[in-house]
Amino acid sequence: MLITVKLFANFRVGRFVVEVRDYPAGTAIKAVSGSLGLASQEIGMTMLNGRHAEPERVLKDGDVLAFFPLLGGG
Amino acid sequence: MDLEAYLSAGAKGGLLPWSVQLSAARNFDLPLSVVEERAILAGLLPARYQRNRESISINEQFILCRSRVAIIGCGGLGGYLIEELARLGVGTLVGVDPDVFEEHNLNRQLLSQIDALGEPKVQCASRRVMAINPAVRFEARPERLGPENGLALLEGCQVAVDALDGVSSRRALKDACAAIGIPMVHGAIAGWYGQIATEFPGDGILEALYAHATEEKGSEKQLGNPSFTPAVIASLEAAEVCKLLLGKGQALRHMMLAVNLLDMSFERIKL
Repeated sequence: MLITVKLFANFRVGRFVVEVRDYPAGTAIKAVSGSLGLASQEIGMTMLNGRHAEPERVLKDGDVLAFFPLLGGG
Repeated sequence: MDLEAYLSAGAKGGLLPWSVQLSAARNFDLPLSVVEERAILAGLLPARYQRNRESISINEQFILCRSRVAIIGCGGLGGYLIEELARLGVGTLVGVDPDVFEEHNLNRQLLSQIDALGEPKVQCASRRVMAINPAVRFEARPERLGPENGLALLEGCQVAVDALDGVSSRRALKDACAAIGIPMVHGAIAGWYGQIATEFPGDGILEALYAHATEEKGSEKQLGNPSFTPAVIASLEAAEVCKLLLGKGQALRHMMLAVNLLDMSFERIKL
């Protein structure tokens, strides 16, 4: 199934801004972030089709996923 | 001669020179802040604000003068926020930070300087406000905002600004704002990146942004913070505060602005 993955801030460095990627049916969000080398403690927010989503959520063909890093500095 | 007549006599073209504001405070034994408020109410704009006029009317300047804003954190973001809100003419600023300046703050924190290392950040902030706009009241609170003191620190404020550097203190600020029913302008930075959002009580933006946060610090641990990122994000926060106080423009509500200075992209993300 094809998943559109969008990355933000430092997640883009050495990766991409947006890419359509092929994953097997039944893939969960956390498997996608894992495949990109995004450590779970680095992720601040995950959005699936414009809504907040949990890492365990299973994806379906055509989904749009966005990963935002945790920014905490001031 | 009463105060208003004295101020009118000293005004030039509807503008009140600083020297007259100063002498009025002395002659009438009033704080500069009170003279400023009475002058604006009488239709006399302190001359320092004359370049505000095209963006902010005198009635709006009066609203700013009567406003009280808490800046939580007086480091990278907080230093610029205090500078900009004091120059803007927000009447009362409450600066909250338990820390002292250290050498590693010098690359970006506006209020840090070599001869102030070791000094409380709120003390330096107070001195800075006195130096640039003594008509602004600055309340220095050398405390860490938490569940036990949040309500007291925010009492009477119309807006609170997040200039913090940790997840748990941001959650405490969000809870305190919700409890007293005021909006919070969120800002956070790491390296070339930043984000801002405005949260009204119950909007749930902070929960979403830090939904997966298991650690107190974020990417800034690896990325640090260069000089320009806090200046950009704090300025966006200051504009947001100004609009909230005046009830004008469009607030960044139910969305987050993701700022990427490496790609020079500003993206609004609906939340």
